Amino acid sequence: MSDLIVSTLTQGLIYALLSYGVYITYSVLDFPDLTVDSSFPLGAAVTAILLLGGVNPWLTLLCAAGAGAVAGLCTGFIHVRLGVRDLLAGIITMTALSSINLVIAGSNVTVERAIDTIFTSPPVMALLGDLTLSGRKLVVALVLAVAVKVLLDLYFCTKSGLLLRAVGDNSTLVTALAKNKGNMKVLGVVIANALVALCGGVLCQEQRSYSAVMGIGQVVFGLATVIIGISIIRFFARSKVAQGMRKVKGLRFLATPKGTTAVLLGSILYKFCVQIAINAGLPAHMLKFITAALFLVVLVVAGRRGEEIIHA
Amino acid sequence: MLELREIRKIYNAGTVTELKLFDGFHLVVPDGQFVSIVGSNGSGKTSLLNLLCGSIPLDGGDILIDGKSIRKQKDYQRYASIGRVYQNPSLGTCPNLTMLENLSLADNKGKTFGLGFGINRKRIAFYRDELASLGLGLEDKMEVKMGALSGGQRQAVALLMATMTPLKFLILDEHTAALDPKTAETIMVLTGKIVREKGLTAMMVTHHLRYAVEYGDRLLMLHHGQIVLDRAGQEKQETATEELLQIFNQYSIL
Repeated sequence: MSDLIVSTLTQGLIYALLSYGVYITYSVLDFPDLTVDSSFPLGAAVTAILLLGGVNPWLTLLCAAGAGAVAGLCTGFIHVRLGVRDLLAGIITMTALSSINLVIAGSNVTVERAIDTIFTSPPVMALLGDLTLSGRKLVVALVLAVAVKVLLDLYFCTKSGLLLRAVGDNSTLVTALAKNKGNMKVLGVVIANALVALCGGVLCQEQRSYSAVMGIGQVVFGLATVIIGISIIRFFARSKVAQGMRKVKGLRFLATPKGTTAVLLGSILYKFCVQIAINAGLPAHMLKFITAALFLVVLVVAGRRGEEIIHA
Repeated sequence: MLELREIRKIYNAGTVTELKLFDGFHLVVPDGQFVSIVGSNGSGKTSLLNLLCGSIPLDGGDILIDGKSIRKQKDYQRYASIGRVYQNPSLGTCPNLTMLENLSLADNKGKTFGLGFGINRKRIAFYRDELASLGLGLEDKMEVKMGALSGGQRQAVALLMATMTPLKFLILDEHTAALDPKTAETIMVLTGKIVREKGLTAMMVTHHLRYAVEYGDRLLMLHHGQIVLDRAGQEKQETATEELLQIFNQYSIL
């Protein structure tokens, strides 16, 4: 039982990287980006092939993120420079990329036990060698999820980050600030897809496999985690507990959690929901069905409040 | 100096709904002039501002600033020297960012938006003074999200943001039209003060004839894409609202 909790938590933390990406496009930029379904396996494909080639496992993640960034650049370019609608721009890149993924890594790759991953590489073993493999996975996933969250939070506080938020909020103002709003959109989609591909890379190392179909439904998963996470945080921020916390100086910053915290929680919660459904006896091949059904439930429950979150 | 030369703008060209708005439109605005523009709906007031700002493409003619053509410049490039306040108060600010974040963005206009810290703590005292000068009690609401403020408050902040960094032209596009009479008055007084203090070249489109008479040192009336009234200096100062209304009615009946 505790094994299951640890592995589900690990999954939730790894997938949080993808959720951050979807958060940037969907929530910050107001750009429904479907590239995710292909940039996720792209990250895994790049990682798998480089691992087999003997590249350092941490370096493979950097390459995966880079590949994702290029995928994002394509979507951004198609939307901003060629003037194709955001949704369609994502679909075009997604479709083209699914072939590229097959070219890079075929339909399946297994990474043998003999090859080191980030969870078994020397620096990690030196620090966490006493833990079991699943324990190390949990710690590494936690460190990655928190590190990326902190980096993103810091970025959103910079001038560039502020401008990125402004583009999704009111792009007219960005033009009035003499800045090209298209370039900012491209930047956002690039960062988002880099994170999504990074997530694919980490997952590939965790499960020691890549599959061309692993991307199916990832957009839906990402959107669901963003909407669950933000709904919960909103609910919390309005609660009496949060109001009480605002009165205490040391706790004030906890009373209004950031969007990245929200999606991190959303991702973990979502993975637990799916795990519970599987434990309750739903067969594994029904996973995507559950993913979609759960998303529908989230949308209906969040309802108009969900709309308000995105467009207010 | 701003110069609009032989401006041509045709909507829906080549269709049955073709509308030739401007054909050979000419206007020169010297530096430091505050121009009020009135005219009935469809007379071309807002189109004129949009052409100037690059929001809509020009079909012919040229726009020159200090003798240099800006025709090829994209909208965001032109805004480097233009500040604009819109009719819709929500267009001038970001609703989900706090007032402090909005002001910080505006304060950084013309500089690079890099990885430096977005909010410059040293400037907060300055923002506070600027907000206090509005007289709306906004100086204590800097951590509040813009979306939570009223239209009038947002418009006041938008005006402040549009004029915060050095600029050549201030474009006011019916910026008091969505406000209640009292708030509109407040915003107009503020506008007059800012334009005077900063010595801006301003173009204000308004439906409020009294504002057009009271503010600015030149008055233009447009009708079907043509200037039908152009008064400046002494002649403008002596124009009364009633007289302007009479002239306005002559044209709007036609």
